[in-house]
Amino acid sequence: MTDATATSAGYDAAEEFLDRQSPIQRVQAVLHAYPWLSPAIVLVIALVIFSSISENFAQPSNLGTITQQTAVIATLALGQTLIILTAGIDLSCGAVMVFSSMVMAKTAFDQGVPGLPALVLGIVVGGLAGLVNGLLVTRINLPPFIVTLGTLGIFTSLTLLYATGRTVRNRELVDELKWLGKPVAFGGFTITTGVLAMIALYAVFAYVLRYTAWGTHVYAVGDDPDAARLAGIQVSRVLLSVYTVAGVIFGIAGWILIGRVNAASPNSGVDANLDSITAVVIGGTSLFGGRGRVLGTLIGALIVGVVDNGLSVAGLDEAYKRLAIGTLIIVAVTADQWIRRARA
Amino acid sequence: MTETSTTGTTSTVTPVLESRGLVKTYGRVVALDGADFALYPGEVLAVIGDNGAGKSTLIKALSGAEIPDSGDILLDGEPVSFKRPIEARAIGIETVYQTLAVAPALDIATNLFLGRETRKPGPLGSIFRMLDGAGMRKSAKDQMMTLGIGTLQNMGQAVETLSGGQRQAVSVARAATFGSKVIILDEPTAALGVREAAQVLKLIQNLRERGMPVILISHNMPQVFEVADRIHVQRLGKRAAVVMPVNVSITDVVAIMTGALVVPPEDQHLGPVR
Repeated sequence: MTDATATSAGYDAAEEFLDRQSPIQRVQAVLHAYPWLSPAIVLVIALVIFSSISENFAQPSNLGTITQQTAVIATLALGQTLIILTAGIDLSCGAVMVFSSMVMAKTAFDQGVPGLPALVLGIVVGGLAGLVNGLLVTRINLPPFIVTLGTLGIFTSLTLLYATGRTVRNRELVDELKWLGKPVAFGGFTITTGVLAMIALYAVFAYVLRYTAWGTHVYAVGDDPDAARLAGIQVSRVLLSVYTVAGVIFGIAGWILIGRVNAASPNSGVDANLDSITAVVIGGTSLFGGRGRVLGTLIGALIVGVVDNGLSVAGLDEAYKRLAIGTLIIVAVTADQWIRRARA
Repeated sequence: MTETSTTGTTSTVTPVLESRGLVKTYGRVVALDGADFALYPGEVLAVIGDNGAGKSTLIKALSGAEIPDSGDILLDGEPVSFKRPIEARAIGIETVYQTLAVAPALDIATNLFLGRETRKPGPLGSIFRMLDGAGMRKSAKDQMMTLGIGTLQNMGQAVETLSGGQRQAVSVARAATFGSKVIILDEPTAALGVREAAQVLKLIQNLRERGMPVILISHNMPQVFEVADRIHVQRLGKRAAVVMPVNVSITDVVAIMTGALVVPPEDQHLGPVR
């Protein structure tokens, strides 16, 4: 009996020792609890640096421009976040977006479909494209990377074949498709309705992920699919819904894209898939699934937009942008690995 | 085995969960060869057996993870059948698996209610599908207190910050919250250290004190002897014996498991202990 008491006293002492945290561990724990905090710090640092380099950067007009430049990638990154939360990835998101935008523009211009039905059709096509990805991932059990690498090629070529290499120009677009390009002035800031649409989408999905059962299940499936299955969650069904919903978001991104570039071109959005993944990763969402917030992704997209814009306003070469973003990705994933070890 | 008494073999108490003549074959392998099983109200029944004795197949059949080829399963004397674990769960049979089946990044309350979340009352819940986070955290905490896991205070704490024993406690608490009839614990201490295993055993005793029947599958003889009221020994796809740990030694039980000792049916404690 005395032995047992001694041992348990030893355990208690050890546990007390473990509970004592160094300042670094405390920082780690805070960053672990608030995954969007580290990207927010990076965003503030970037804003400070670029404001001090160039006077023009912090002008309200320029900041408004940054949000407009960010809107399309931020919307794609929202759908990408849903998929990455399930430990998946979508390389085809940019292709789906462009495909949707071409469907909207061409059915309205070539086939004379009225604006609203054409718009809805384009978004539905995005959802169907997502459903195809989801079916391949859940029914044939292929890794999401491979599935979407394949559908990236398929959707890109479908777009080119359908568009016959031709851009639908501004004056050929029906009014409804240009809704999200309309400027909205807030004091000196000028944003567009597209930016507002993007923010509304973020608000909706921040709510859905945080406060609904579906949102909880998305996190659970990405965190530990076996535990989710044992808890009675139908994992395949959740995955299928995530890919489909993401496809719908990519379709809406196609609408925002038309508003942004004032045209529907089959050749736009070539790097958009990688940019969206960059925004998600810099935003603190783990590529291993189950961890992250859409707020982080929005900040991540803004970081990419700020670095991009700041370097060009400062008159620096495009090459520096790639250098900076590339470095940020490595730093973000390294930080994620470190933060994930917090008290685990 | 000589001093075993034979009282209680002809009992009128209806088993909570019972199986009669379960057969399950995988190709030419016979996993269950007419397996009988009975769990009585309020007892902790340990199920032991060598590898390949059909122990896990028996438990899978009872928890809905496998469909037996023939034989009957009875819950409170009524025949039941389930094709999936979720169906067994729906009628009150909860299973805790040896692999810590909790989602590490989610918090305790979320894990406890995972797949069975409750929504807020009123339009917030019905129209906006809003989950009742505060309500679920409160019931989670109440459940923890009832089970004597008072060390877990913060229900919003991520499960990955807990020790292995505490994580298994969350699994057991989940089973206890929703398991209205039977709780099956499949090797609950296999992945745990000595001290953490002791916490889980204490939890099992708490469950018994609350009158919840528990099936404990374990390889660990000292643990089985510590908490079980009766021990079901599975051998070659059948029930070889049911013994009471107070009457037999570990050596006897191992002998029954390996077939060195054969217990005649009249010497078995097939009935309830109390």
